[in-house]
Amino acid sequence: MGLIDKIPAYLEKTPGGGILMTPLNWAVNEVKASSLWYMLFGLACCAIEMMATGASRYDFDRLGMIFRATPRQTDLMIVAGTLTLKMAPRVKLLYEQMPEPKYVIAMGGCTVYGGPFYHDGYSVLKGVDKIVPVDIHIAGCPPRPEALMHGCIELQNMIRQEKLGQKRDRPGLRHMAAGTTRPSGLIVPDSMRIVQNA
Amino acid sequence: MLTTDTDTRDIRTEEFELNMGPQHPSTHGVLRMILKMDGEKVMHCDPIIGYLHRSIEKLAESRTFTQVIPVTDRLDYCTSMTSNYVYVLAVEALGDISPPPRAEYIRVIMSELNRIASHLLWYGTFCLEIGATTPFLYAFRDREKVLDLFEMTCGARLLYNYLRVGGVSRDLPSNFMQEMIGFLDYWEPMIAEYEDLLDKNPIFYNRAQGVGVLTPETARRYAVSGPSLRASGVNYDVRRAEPYSVYADLKFDVPLGQSGDVFDRYRMRMDEMRQAAHILRQCAENIPAGKFLDLHNWRFTLPKGEVYKHIESPRGDIGCYLVSDGGDKPWRCKFRTPSYVHIQLFQELIRDVLIPDIMAIAASFDIVLPETDR
Amino acid sequence: MKRQDFHRKLTERWPETGLDEDCENGLVVPVEAIHDIMQLLRDDPETECDYLDFITAVDHPPEHMHVVYSLYSLGKQHRIQLKVIVDRDAPTAPTVSHLWTNAEWNERETYDLYGVVFPGLKDPRRLLMPEDWEGHPMRKDYLHANLASKPD
Repeated sequence: MGLIDKIPAYLEKTPGGGILMTPLNWAVNEVKASSLWYMLFGLACCAIEMMATGASRYDFDRLGMIFRATPRQTDLMIVAGTLTLKMAPRVKLLYEQMPEPKYVIAMGGCTVYGGPFYHDGYSVLKGVDKIVPVDIHIAGCPPRPEALMHGCIELQNMIRQEKLGQKRDRPGLRHMAAGTTRPSGLIVPDSMRIVQNA
Repeated sequence: MLTTDTDTRDIRTEEFELNMGPQHPSTHGVLRMILKMDGEKVMHCDPIIGYLHRSIEKLAESRTFTQVIPVTDRLDYCTSMTSNYVYVLAVEALGDISPPPRAEYIRVIMSELNRIASHLLWYGTFCLEIGATTPFLYAFRDREKVLDLFEMTCGARLLYNYLRVGGVSRDLPSNFMQEMIGFLDYWEPMIAEYEDLLDKNPIFYNRAQGVGVLTPETARRYAVSGPSLRASGVNYDVRRAEPYSVYADLKFDVPLGQSGDVFDRYRMRMDEMRQAAHILRQCAENIPAGKFLDLHNWRFTLPKGEVYKHIESPRGDIGCYLVSDGGDKPWRCKFRTPSYVHIQLFQELIRDVLIPDIMAIAASFDIVLPETDR
Repeated sequence: MKRQDFHRKLTERWPETGLDEDCENGLVVPVEAIHDIMQLLRDDPETECDYLDFITAVDHPPEHMHVVYSLYSLGKQHRIQLKVIVDRDAPTAPTVSHLWTNAEWNERETYDLYGVVFPGLKDPRRLLMPEDWEGHPMRKDYLHANLASKPD
């Protein structure tokens, strides 16, 4: 309590630069959270929704998220789509190629637990968290762009709570299902509520 | 084409292998290609698929006929409506069920709207792949408007699960026709805008003309279909050759290309979008009132037998081979998909081309990987 | 051409050709003659089936497996479906991959998912599953640790 909590508020008052005193922890987290560059890497249906999120109407850029084509330049891997057993080793390799700090979002039912392919899907990996640690799970098949953005904002909030020197693989930080709460602003139109009879 | 000032014939070069994919920003998914290279020239291409083999055909065997419909959504996520459609058509043919006339029109409207959405998605990504970012934003801006129409009809943006055996799952909302005509009025002039971005662009000409030429003979040998086949000058459109639903009553042109190169395949899809808008306007005029679904028990059995039905999806000729053993689940449900043959074609088309041409050729066929791997 | 015309044409050389009871435009043909039949259907100006839609298999345990070929003619716009019945324990059918190039992947896929061997196929690798995969997953009696059956 006291001055140290108020300092972030002084940031905007010094636009021309000058001396800024802030906890290093806060500054590092803010930098990490506001430039989450994600890997341009789509697997299946969810990749189309990820593209739609990046395109005109939803616009990922306003969260500071830009796609990069190579894993070497990315902070975030959005696993969008069904992960098959044939593809799984490649995804693990891609994750290992990313530099720290790195985060993973499991987008869609397939990556959470196998989705519609859970039963009788002989070639589908049932949950991407079996091979890489997942930070945010987003439910849906496919999740709407709003849900994906909601998941990304939750991830940013999570990053802002990190402490310097804390080991990130600690259980408890992982396995937070963000998409289980409906993002605010998602309205179900009236026409959908009534099931019309023939 | 390779042009060099110096004579390089005497320099000895060495072949090497290059792996492309399955994670590559321009392969439209998880396609992997093993390329044999000589300098920057591709000598041989070996496409490897199966990275998205999701056992859809096995899933279909353990679900009832109605439960398979959402599985077919995932078959081709860019055009869920047409993959719904071909499956439902096969079940109806086997069970001798005929949907009410209003449902037939709704199905055609949905197929054509989905054709527009799919072609817009193709247009955006095709331009991304050959290095233009702006068209992508234009295409997605308008694609969202099509998705709004779907959303007000069935509540979903991408995977619709809308068609049912014997009709469609719910009627069109009361303001649908008005919204759709409003969209068409806005969107039809936009096609010219898309074309302006590319047609008058010399860079695009150089990237597209004379690249990846597909001859009609090769196309037949590989069973290429859809706009890619018509770009080579073969007049085959399932909507014309074996009209299903109400396509026989609708007037539309089948655009034909001549040279079968990347540019012609691009032109085909642009012209098809115009025709789709034309069909939609006719449907809006002619759609009858009445029932949209013949209600029946959702768990039903079909007589023993087998049937093959195919329709024209935005990518080409998609077919469903359905075998029933008299029970309430399919005994075998095989999907014949256009992208499957198109990717196979790469081993012939991607030869003696430069690396950037791979992108242009691969993207021009509008390949979608889940449809290939199923 | 209708199915009867195809049937009449094929019975001239292969008298054991029969009509398929299940499929309204299908014929059942002897497995050893499938290559010659396909070549005839492709090259004969009367049939001119230049378009191979797909090749697949259907498992009928405990004894049989069907290999299904669907042919179409772009010029004449007719379709015919051929079916051969093979032994389920050692399913074998001659390859047609040098008649239509797209038969190659179709046959590779059929081998991958059903275990039907096509002697003469240039590249008999698996197509969809990883190369070290064991078993043929589309068979009805296939069991795998990854397979959780759907409750009815």
